[in-house]
Amino acid sequence: MADIERPFPPGHYPVIVVGSGPGGLQVSYELSHHGIGHAVLSADPGPGGMFRHWPFFQRLLSWTKPYAPADRRTRAFERWDWNSLIAYEPELRGLQTEFMDGSSDFPSRPEMEASLTAFANRAGIVVRYGCRWESTRREETASGDRFTLVTTDGEYSCEHLILAVGIAEPYTPPSPGVEHAVHYAETRAAETYAGKRLFVIGKQNSGFELASGLLQWASRITLASPSPAKTSIETRSLVGVRARYVQPFEDSALGGGVDILSASLAGITPIPGGLRVDLKRSDTGMPVSLEADEVIAATGFTCPLLDLPELGVATFGQSRLPAQTAFWESATVPGIHFAGTITSGAAGLKKHGIPSYSGAVQGHRYNGRIMVRRLAEQSFGISHEHPPIELASLLDHLLAEATGGPELWHQKAYLASVVTVTPDDGIRDQGILPLTHFLDAGGPDAIAMTIEADGEGAIYPVAYLRRGGKVEEHALEPHPLHDYEGTEYRRHLGALLDLIAPGASAA
Amino acid sequence: MATRDEIAEALAGMTLFADLTTPQLLGVASQFEEAFFPEGARILRQGLSGSAFYVILDGDASVVVDGTARAQLGRGEFFGEVSILLGEPPTADIVALRPLRCLALPGSAVEAFLVDHPRVLYRMLQSQSRRLRNANRAQS
Ligand SMILES: Cc1cc2nc3c(=O)[nH]c(=O)nc-3n(C[C@H](O)[C@H](O)[C@H](O)COP(=O)(O)OP(=O)(O)OC[C@H]3O[C@@H](n4cnc5c(N)ncnc54)[C@H](O)[C@@H]3O)c2cc1C
Repeated sequence: MADIERPFPPGHYPVIVVGSGPGGLQVSYELSHHGIGHAVLSADPGPGGMFRHWPFFQRLLSWTKPYAPADRRTRAFERWDWNSLIAYEPELRGLQTEFMDGSSDFPSRPEMEASLTAFANRAGIVVRYGCRWESTRREETASGDRFTLVTTDGEYSCEHLILAVGIAEPYTPPSPGVEHAVHYAETRAAETYAGKRLFVIGKQNSGFELASGLLQWASRITLASPSPAKTSIETRSLVGVRARYVQPFEDSALGGGVDILSASLAGITPIPGGLRVDLKRSDTGMPVSLEADEVIAATGFTCPLLDLPELGVATFGQSRLPAQTAFWESATVPGIHFAGTITSGAAGLKKHGIPSYSGAVQGHRYNGRIMVRRLAEQSFGISHEHPPIELASLLDHLLAEATGGPELWHQKAYLASVVTVTPDDGIRDQGILPLTHFLDAGGPDAIAMTIEADGEGAIYPVAYLRRGGKVEEHALEPHPLHDYEGTEYRRHLGALLDLIAPGASAA
Repeated sequence: MATRDEIAEALAGMTLFADLTTPQLLGVASQFEEAFFPEGARILRQGLSGSAFYVILDGDASVVVDGTARAQLGRGEFFGEVSILLGEPPTADIVALRPLRCLALPGSAVEAFLVDHPRVLYRMLQSQSRRLRNANRAQS
């Protein structure tokens, strides 16, 4: 492509977004909606990010229900659609439903790629493709830090950097002989594993995705990692191996050619006709050895932050996620923001051990929206309307949010629907905010409504009531059909609301 | 800090995990998750349900009850277990005094973890006993 036709030539932009996966597309859409000028740079040749290649077996582990009980052009539909990006225009909503052939509620990888491409085209998102960010400089100026990105196309500078670079850099922990393993990212076509003895390092979704996909090809499959694998059915959350990939568990339980071990890898050694894999059992410390033709490391991915840790961006955990504020800004370098799956680095409360769903599209699409709203307010002087709510409809409003608010359902105990009550300004809808921000930032009397789960099967609304600067947690009862609009709920929540908005329960 | 091996190595130097073998330490390192909190962040919140058990890898934290700092915790020390064992919300805030790195285990996993690792349970009991003795001494 002639350089002259490519958008965003090197230079200065107030905001630069790196990445054209779902995370980058969502924030670019949101920035344009606010009229904030920005450049989007991506190393890829087109939109879609990691969905251009993965999941390897070509079907997602996130679903969309085209015939859900809500119109696909509404906010309510988002609860039933984990995959579409979110928009303000009805015609840009629920796009994934247009790209599903009816064979499964889990779209195929090409269907997801097509829906993301359609979103980018119809929303007019412009990206400079084929431009790789390679290093970074940080300069202090009178008005704050300025970041310079050195790219394959030249130098870019900005005041606000938004990184949506994903967590897709293959990672293999060092251990003896691990060079004889290939990473998940280099898995070959399934049929080339016909008749092979396969050893998989790692018992997370990627390991079980390979195991289920290769059941009909491999002659024998063994998976191992130090701690026992759990399924999402056991954890009652998205933690653990998803129901899509449970067949290997059944095979293992029935002794049917799959073995799932809790053991650490002691070494991989080439032997005539294959590889010897030496393990140490986690429970007894006793050695176990087996022979394999192929070893695949399904050991996860890291975040490609390049030189940012040297500039002070603190990271943590095996994926080297950046530590973040409640609004997804670097906790240690202000001005650097994150979008997409990396926002899982803002862990939130993790109540009952259940993480946010920021790692997946259904969670991070909301983070992107809220992060840009905050940036617009704090750095671009853009204010948002906080619509008044009548005292008589406050209770209905909050119970409807609990029953159908997609942000609350996808980001349990992480995002909350917030209403403030002040003598001067009355009752105001503050929209969706990070729950930790509500809990820690202080402020006027208010209520934050969210949905939580206890990890044992119960799902229930929780109201956090802020009164005189102190926050109290009030869990409402679970409902077998998740309908929180009945009398019991009106009574319970009404009594709480009366404490900050007297008369609310009488409505 | 990033890899499981590095975490296992850090754990090996802590009294709480001093009796575990290397494979056991690797198991622990993969069960716990690393967490990072900037200075001033709250790790536990007084009165809020559903919290976790934490072991400090690096940094210092303050134990704050009703806005008053009561004690300080550092590397190798742990918190959150009392509310999990009693099934009640924490009675204190834990606040990072400087950037804090911890390992966290969800409350729901603590019982099974302690039953599987009796030597850790014993060390925890020892530490609790020491805290209790010191509290009694302070009172008398
Ligand atoms: C194997 C696997 C399967 C998954 N399956 C699902 C699923 O089914 N459903 C789901 O919701 N989530 C799934 N996820 C999680 C998924 O990664 C996120 O939901 C989401 O797709 C990530 O979007 P993103 O925009 O944050 O990052 P990505 O989609 O990874 O996009 C990153 C972008 O950054 C660009 N980039 C990176 N580095 C540079 C650089 N130095 N310079 C320029 N550009 C750069 C890349 O080119 C790319 O455009 C899966 C993850 C993995 C690893």
